Amino acid sequence: MNTVALRPPWRLFSLSAPAHFYRATEAVSPLLWATCLVLAAVGLWMGFVVAPTDATQGEAYRIIFIHVPAAWLSMVLYLAMAFWAVLGWAWKVRMASMLARAIAPTGALFTVVALWTGALWGKPTWGTYWVWDARLTSELILLFLYLGYLALVESIDEPRRGDQAGALLALVGAINVPVIYFSVKWWNTLHQGATVSMNAAPKMAGTMLTAMLLMTLACWAYAFAVVFARARAIAVEREAEHQWVAALTRPMEKSA
Amino acid sequence: MSRSVTSAAPADACPPSKGVPARSLSAALLQRDLRLMLRRRGEAALPLGFFLVVAGLQPLGISPEAQLLRQIGPGLLWVAALLAALLPLPALFALDHADGTLEQMLLSEEPLWQLALAKAAAHWLGSGAPLVLLSPLLGLLYGLEGEELLVLALGLLIGTPVLSLIGALGAALTTGLRSAGALILLLVLPLLAPVLIFGAGAVLAVQAGQSAAPHLSLLGAELILAAVATPFLIAQALRISLE
Repeated sequence: MNTVALRPPWRLFSLSAPAHFYRATEAVSPLLWATCLVLAAVGLWMGFVVAPTDATQGEAYRIIFIHVPAAWLSMVLYLAMAFWAVLGWAWKVRMASMLARAIAPTGALFTVVALWTGALWGKPTWGTYWVWDARLTSELILLFLYLGYLALVESIDEPRRGDQAGALLALVGAINVPVIYFSVKWWNTLHQGATVSMNAAPKMAGTMLTAMLLMTLACWAYAFAVVFARARAIAVEREAEHQWVAALTRPMEKSA
Repeated sequence: MSRSVTSAAPADACPPSKGVPARSLSAALLQRDLRLMLRRRGEAALPLGFFLVVAGLQPLGISPEAQLLRQIGPGLLWVAALLAALLPLPALFALDHADGTLEQMLLSEEPLWQLALAKAAAHWLGSGAPLVLLSPLLGLLYGLEGEELLVLALGLLIGTPVLSLIGALGAALTTGLRSAGALILLLVLPLLAPVLIFGAGAVLAVQAGQSAAPHLSLLGAELILAAVATPFLIAQALRISLE
């Protein structure tokens, strides 16, 4: 089907062909990892060494340099997963479905990291690991949505059916995320009155913001790198019969 | 059952009789599901028994203190109703899937979403409706009274169809899978969080001397959203499952 030797010119949808996707992402992979490591190193150094101690929260606030990017990515990745899954389902783009599957574990990981670091931050700041705050609760439900998606696609043996069922579930989940967020928010305000709010956090110093941005970019680079790697693995596994995979496994013979 | 199978013969076998269908397939499907339920009364009453036992045993694990039970009662009853409604879901499409009726449903002339709606309606009549009727009685166990009982039942009346619709979607997605039972719970429960919040919230609002109307309105909005969207999604999910 896809002959590697031909190398057609790049077009907008070139990457939807698994063979092109494989080659392109493999090429940018070292760059992504390097970006991730460098930005993370600089970001952590700025966050933990350069940034000033917070006036009200002391040193404990520094966990936000990991917490905020993780929480942000956990939400964006769910939408990205739903997007690619639905694209793969509606237009039968094989690579999009594989990409959606590749995103799910990373999204779930970031959700866990966000919850975990949030709890660690909450203990010294709020005096408790967990409050039923709207954000925390909807993040927890987001984790359940990820787990549901993963469980569903894992328990369907046939890849295509798994992709499609996962796409439908991700779509319903994506529509439900705002509903869940607002329902939890109203529930919280109606039941507990004014709980601790993160909206009241003081304005950030410049270095803090820079550190946070660097860490966010580092997390993005990590997410891209690891999702691409996983997508490549899925592509090779699913398309083992295809010519382009066969060509990958014997590059030596070709050149010889 | 044989009737629904024969009437749902492949479209090309008989000319489409669009004008006056003697009785729509979805009505027949609903009737058949209800009849099956009545023939297996013990099995059909299981969700209700589950609801009773869960709601009845909770105070033993918590406290017999009246004030506390009054506070947590609405939430506990709603959680029990949620679980009871989800209990019969794995079987919703499983039997039809096993004997091939589901494939005939997919092939029938009648839009699949109508059949999906009929299945969800049958599920609601079997699980949700009895819970609504029984809930005031259980509310009494938790010391709810007067308007609170009414709002509890009203909330369940609006909310349990949402459970059936979204639950049927989960059942359709997992049709034919080995671990369907546990999987449905994992898929569906997070999506039902808003229903739980507004349903229990309505009773709590009454207890706090506020109006239950906002909660019930939001619950109604959920129902409209679910009623509009899920039949098509269930139909899609069934197509995916049987492809």
